Amino acid sequence: MKRVFPILAILTALLLSYGLYLALVVAPTEQTMGDVQRIFYYHVPSAWTAFLLFSLNFLASIQYLVRRNPFSDRLASVVVIAIAVLTCIGAYVVTLPEGVEKSAVATTGIGIALLYFGIRKFFSEQGTDILALVTAEVGVVFCTVVLVTGPLWARPVWGIWWTWDIRLTSTLVLWLIYLSYLMLRRFSDSGQTPVLAAALAVFGALDVPLVYFSIWIFRTQHPQPVIGGGGSIDPRMLHVLLINWLAFLSFAGLVCWSRYRLEVLQREVEEAQALDSLADARGTR
Amino acid sequence: MNFLYAAYISTWVIHVAYLVHLARRYSKLRDEIQSMKKK
Repeated sequence: MKRVFPILAILTALLLSYGLYLALVVAPTEQTMGDVQRIFYYHVPSAWTAFLLFSLNFLASIQYLVRRNPFSDRLASVVVIAIAVLTCIGAYVVTLPEGVEKSAVATTGIGIALLYFGIRKFFSEQGTDILALVTAEVGVVFCTVVLVTGPLWARPVWGIWWTWDIRLTSTLVLWLIYLSYLMLRRFSDSGQTPVLAAALAVFGALDVPLVYFSIWIFRTQHPQPVIGGGGSIDPRMLHVLLINWLAFLSFAGLVCWSRYRLEVLQREVEEAQALDSLADARGTR
Repeated sequence: MNFLYAAYISTWVIHVAYLVHLARRYSKLRDEIQSMKKK
């Protein structure tokens, strides 16, 4: 695995450079906004990556909570399957808000179930706790990028840096929730901290769909979605957007991987130090 | 154009700052491991 990481890091750096070149040079200039619209190629992929990371944090937190009891573990698996099935059926039976594509809703339901069972298969109980911490931390970094690049786009286009619009406000609240989650994990010494943090993450994740669907449900100043929401986009712009998202996803994956290894190492050192202190106290050394 | 460059530069400043933070933590941890080995 140690050899794979540098290769992936080089490939990611190349992909990020290619994405930057496409965004600044190749993508066509938008007619009304001009060059400032190119912020979109960093703002939107960062937002999607943050949402994905927070969703992973949510699923890992649930896993951490339910695995402590075999019955709740089985029950949660059944509930996740039921939600995926109901989402697929509901997408084609229930009348969705205008612009929301049925296939996008169904795919989201299936995707959540696949991620849940993927985490269940590949991570131990301790692993799910570390995964939750790592995804929240990296998610906050990407959410910070969203909150910085958004106003830099809004100032020349809207004439204001910020407005208390539902999309913007709910994104700020999301960032604050996960920042408080990280502060809880950083400063609480209690043995129950991972459980409390997991519970906070489950409630915090409720804000993710609110942020995502707010532009469909409420009247908002934020531009309407261009994918899966009935909006239209030049295919060349879509290509640049997807390449940049892929680049940011690879980058986020690598950062999460490094942070995960760092956390595992940190916990091993803390455990060794605790055993050392115990041995010193007993005078067995 | 200034806003565009500001957005792209600030994105990478945020990411690089986080990577530097991780690198510092990693190096601090390595020092701790070294001092434990010396014991």
